Amino acid sequence: MFDDFLIRATLAGVAVAVAAAVLGCFVVWRRMAYFGDATAHAAILGVALSLGLSISIFTGAIAVAILMALIVTGLSGRGYAEDTLLGVLAHSSLAFGLVAVSFIPDVRVDLGAYLFGDILAVGKTDLLVIWGGALSVVVLILWRWSRLLMATLNADLAFASGIHPRREQLVLTLALAIVVAVSIKVVGALLITALLIIPAAAARPFGRTPEAMAVGAVLIGVTSAVLGMVAAYQLDTPTGPTIVSVAALLFVLSNLGRLVLRR
Amino acid sequence: MSLVQTKDVAVSFGGKQVLSHVAVAIEPGEIVTIVGPNGSGKSTLLRLIAGALKPDRGQVIRRPGLRIGYVPQKLQLDPTLPMTVRRFLDLPRRCPDATALAALQEAGVSATVKQQMADLSGGQFQRVLLARALLVNPDLLILDEATQGLDQPGSAAFYKQIETVRDKLGCAVLMVSHELHVVMSASDRVICLNGHVCCEGTPDVVSSAPEYRELFGTGTGGALALYRHEHDHAHHHHTHED
Repeated sequence: MFDDFLIRATLAGVAVAVAAAVLGCFVVWRRMAYFGDATAHAAILGVALSLGLSISIFTGAIAVAILMALIVTGLSGRGYAEDTLLGVLAHSSLAFGLVAVSFIPDVRVDLGAYLFGDILAVGKTDLLVIWGGALSVVVLILWRWSRLLMATLNADLAFASGIHPRREQLVLTLALAIVVAVSIKVVGALLITALLIIPAAAARPFGRTPEAMAVGAVLIGVTSAVLGMVAAYQLDTPTGPTIVSVAALLFVLSNLGRLVLRR
Repeated sequence: MSLVQTKDVAVSFGGKQVLSHVAVAIEPGEIVTIVGPNGSGKSTLLRLIAGALKPDRGQVIRRPGLRIGYVPQKLQLDPTLPMTVRRFLDLPRRCPDATALAALQEAGVSATVKQQMADLSGGQFQRVLLARALLVNPDLLILDEATQGLDQPGSAAFYKQIETVRDKLGCAVLMVSHELHVVMSASDRVICLNGHVCCEGTPDVVSSAPEYRELFGTGTGGALALYRHEHDHAHHHHTHED
């Protein structure tokens, strides 16, 4: 039987999976994978600051994630290729975060919990914050769905329809920061991008429209979260990596399925 | 009243003057083509007229209630983004099936309605973009190098379609093009732009104007001289109404 903490963990996993899957479609369509990495790694710096200042890690992570996203947006197009810039920022913020954590006195910080998640330690308050964050991301994206799609298709076309591509980019940036902040406890900073990208990519072969792909991504994400929880419990493996492993297997199956169907 | 009129418009990006003292007007039902070397401000002028950009100086006056249909340069559609032609026509606002089909018919691609955008040929893709622009029942159709990437017969057929659409719907057409020989014959009026309006008029008036010849040369219809033009020539003595 599932104990209480297992139910909490599963609910947290499902919430994060849904939000990450919906946002993940845009991450895939707009080729923002590295951007997601940079934001997620910056969150470790946020965690270090939160521990140092004794504030909620959600607050710290979201603040630094937004700051990072704004820095990236501000610096892009100024001499370095985007992937170089993101590489510099992603890895240096991770390094600074790890260094910063080591300065924190008294607390024996288990870094692994933030790098790879510690879903079984999700408390009732955490669960509320995670569901709140995940729901707000889903609502935000559904509300702006058409505008986000237009901005993704073509900036000029968006402009001609009275849509500002930069504003929509900002919406995605904000959503990304929220998803990163609520995912840290569930899959950890290093695997957040996986949860964004893999379900969306796995849903691609079966979607004929953006909406169909997003629904597919949600189904695959939720399946990965639930199966991953069960598998981690049965096999006594770390939960976050197990969830991502299940998602990766579904990605392989989905692509094999397409090959078979095409015959 | 003109559909759109720009009055002494100036735009600069990052300290570089892109357009200055530009005064043009688009009348109902006419086909106007903007020609000019790279970096002469053609796309900027289109964006000003479409309302995607505000001028630093001067005014852009649109007729009240003016409906603009916009056809961009070939879009890069990411292969990971699934998109049927029908779904594409619903962006950003949903339209009834009958309206969508009628627009596709006007553009000559009604057979593609269920296809994926990524599977279309270059010519079909541009026609779907045209169909999308027609959905708003435009008074003014704006095309920004809409035939880039099409071969010569393909772009000739596309311009023919534009003319058919204009004749049927009565909308004005404003376009930017590099294909001088094609657009010169398909246009009612040509505006030759190089940061300012060098000259404008019917195709034969413009092609014999000294300013145009200076920009594009003569023998080849200008096509070869197009990219060689480097210096800004000295004839800033136009008078414009203020």
